[in-house]
Amino acid sequence: MASSDDAPQPYKGVRPLSLAGHVGFDSLPDQLVNKSICQGFCFNILCIGETGIGKSTLMDTLFNTNFENFESSHFEPQVKLRAQTYDLHESNVRLRLTVVNTVGFGDQMNKQESYQPVVDYIDRQFESFLQEELKIKRSLHNYHDSRVHACLYFISPSGHSLKSLDLVTMKKLDSKVNIIPVIAKADTISKSELHKFKIKIMSELVSNGVQIYQFPLDDETVAKVNTAMNGHLPFAVVGSTEEVSVGNKMVKARQYPWGVVQVENESHCDFVKLREMLICINMEDLREQTHTHHYELYRRCKLEEMGFQDTDPECKPVSLQQTYEAKRQEFLVELQKREDEMRQMFVQRVKLKESELKEDERELQSRFEQLKRLHADEKSALEEKKRLLDEDQSSFGKRRAAAQLLQAQSLTANGKKDKDRKNSGFM
Amino acid sequence: MWTLQSCGSVLTLSINADLARPCTDLFGYVGIEAVLDQMRRKTIKAGLEFNIMVVGQSGLGKSTLVNTLFKSKVSRKSCTPNYEEKISKTVKLHSVSHVIEEKGVKMKLTVIDTPGFGDQINNDNCWEPIVKHVNEQYEKYLREELHINRKRRIPDSRVHCCIYFLPATGHRLRPIDVEFMKRLGKIVSIVPVIAKADTLTIEERQEFKEQIRQDLAANGIRVYPQKEYDEDPEERILNDRIRESIPFAVVGTDKEHQVNGNKVLGRKTKWGIIEVENVAHCEFANLRDLLIRSHLQDLKDVTHDIHYETYRVRRLNESNMNYSELGLSTWPLENKCESDSHL
Repeated sequence: MASSDDAPQPYKGVRPLSLAGHVGFDSLPDQLVNKSICQGFCFNILCIGETGIGKSTLMDTLFNTNFENFESSHFEPQVKLRAQTYDLHESNVRLRLTVVNTVGFGDQMNKQESYQPVVDYIDRQFESFLQEELKIKRSLHNYHDSRVHACLYFISPSGHSLKSLDLVTMKKLDSKVNIIPVIAKADTISKSELHKFKIKIMSELVSNGVQIYQFPLDDETVAKVNTAMNGHLPFAVVGSTEEVSVGNKMVKARQYPWGVVQVENESHCDFVKLREMLICINMEDLREQTHTHHYELYRRCKLEEMGFQDTDPECKPVSLQQTYEAKRQEFLVELQKREDEMRQMFVQRVKLKESELKEDERELQSRFEQLKRLHADEKSALEEKKRLLDEDQSSFGKRRAAAQLLQAQSLTANGKKDKDRKNSGFM
Repeated sequence: MWTLQSCGSVLTLSINADLARPCTDLFGYVGIEAVLDQMRRKTIKAGLEFNIMVVGQSGLGKSTLVNTLFKSKVSRKSCTPNYEEKISKTVKLHSVSHVIEEKGVKMKLTVIDTPGFGDQINNDNCWEPIVKHVNEQYEKYLREELHINRKRRIPDSRVHCCIYFLPATGHRLRPIDVEFMKRLGKIVSIVPVIAKADTLTIEERQEFKEQIRQDLAANGIRVYPQKEYDEDPEERILNDRIRESIPFAVVGTDKEHQVNGNKVLGRKTKWGIIEVENVAHCEFANLRDLLIRSHLQDLKDVTHDIHYETYRVRRLNESNMNYSELGLSTWPLENKCESDSHL
């Protein structure tokens, strides 16, 4: 699927011409280099390894500086990644180095999902580059490239073989990043054991189909060195930032009661080889591989997943624009459908609510009527009572008047009688 | 400034190095500077492509100049056998490619010639075929870039530099010059030169150049090196010096003569030998240094980073290709789902 010209070939079909004098375009590599010096370089390393295996120390030793690191605990519930960016300066070269460390790798009880955060991180960096590349207004030459260029995988020095966690993780990562396996804390293994260990590791990697990074052999100036180094993989390293005096020099070393392990001594460990391979000879190649191989693979998979293709079923080349237009139509149709659905749902809900409200209104109305009737009834009852009371009152009033009259009459009659008696008494 | 990104189970802290961190000092040798050599090696191995277009009326010495610049017979006239000089009725574009090598650096040089430009009686719209060609190259590159399966190295046929030949009238820019440079200056890097400069004396030349510079400024024509693209003060100083001396007055030839015991490239006349590479005689050496020895990479970069990007933005906007509309990380419908409102 990848293009056929993997190595840049001399231009085919174009005739070569000889020059009659010095033109001067051989200064182009210098022009390019000058421009890059102005812009600065950027390099991102991912270190994967168990807690305490010496990742941070190795980074400090490799770059001869003190990155501020703090020890992580062994009790992380999940694997996390910590990325830190530094600006390094050596003569006139400015390097923006990003070191990404895995925190808590290999500490959990259940390590099945340990590789996932790492894969996610790498994919995210590819994704953000892809997004930038596909933007309309983009600024790629100013873009801070955060894609992982090299992955140092730290193998613990058991002396036997790779752990299954190592195999699984490396298998998942080999198509996404350049993996360079290193044997950490190599001062715990003796020379003969180390030799057997290396062979065992390489054969396990090969038999499991893990593709680790091979130092490139196409450039004659470095092919020899690289071939030799390819045979020394994985590098057995020792890291140390402490200095011990050996002879009359101060060297980076680890001091034991039985001796001193010198970091930069090639017969003690492979640290110098690692530094040379990683930085001095192949840094540019690592970056190039990441961009032209791993990133392109990611991009291709991502775009194909989204449905873009280069050729349609009849094998005619389809431009991205056609696919895009088709997708856009599809998308708009889908959008329209959803809009209709939502509108329908809305109408339905409104109807429901309306009927509910009507129901309530009716109920309210009937209650009102009921209460009104009740009220009217009470009122009439009360009126009745009042009327009766009034009648009673008026009849009582009449009787009283009659009684008074009677009384008054009887009084006058009695008075007359008395008068009569009186009068009669005299006679 | 700390930026905190949290996504699911991964927490990444990235320190924005520009603001927070000063340069970390190295305690000893690391070997980072070896990356320069690595880069050099890779460039030499990969080779480069350079496409140069020459525009001007016939008879101004375009082909000769290009042959002189690259010290070999790269122009179309030298390539086609039995070439007959005919004035063509329309502007046609002719591309000729060669591979030249110097000290291990291979360059695929393509010279695009424009016979017929400015030669007709009615020269209306004579720039159109040229504009079309330039845009076609950008389009080709864009298509390649948008492919799913991309080539490792996209073949670059974009015009990196356009040398525009001004006849040595000694007065000012003609309407055809103004029109052409106005239009092309927006899409490609133009380097104007005064052709056949041996017909002007030094004073006439200075006046002519001054007049041209004024005309260019008055018409808002931007020629290479453009002021806006200077990236740092050093570059600005360098480019200012160049800007003060454009357009270069050049003389081209491929004949050699003996001067003071040395063989030099020159034109022999009855009144003397005009040495092409002598800066006192003409400015060919300055042009060559600008184009090839110091600004070759810059020309390619300006074409790629600025002119190509401008074309790309315009093109993508035209065809309404807005990828962010589609939402690259998840298919858009999943995104829009979440905004369902609950009535």
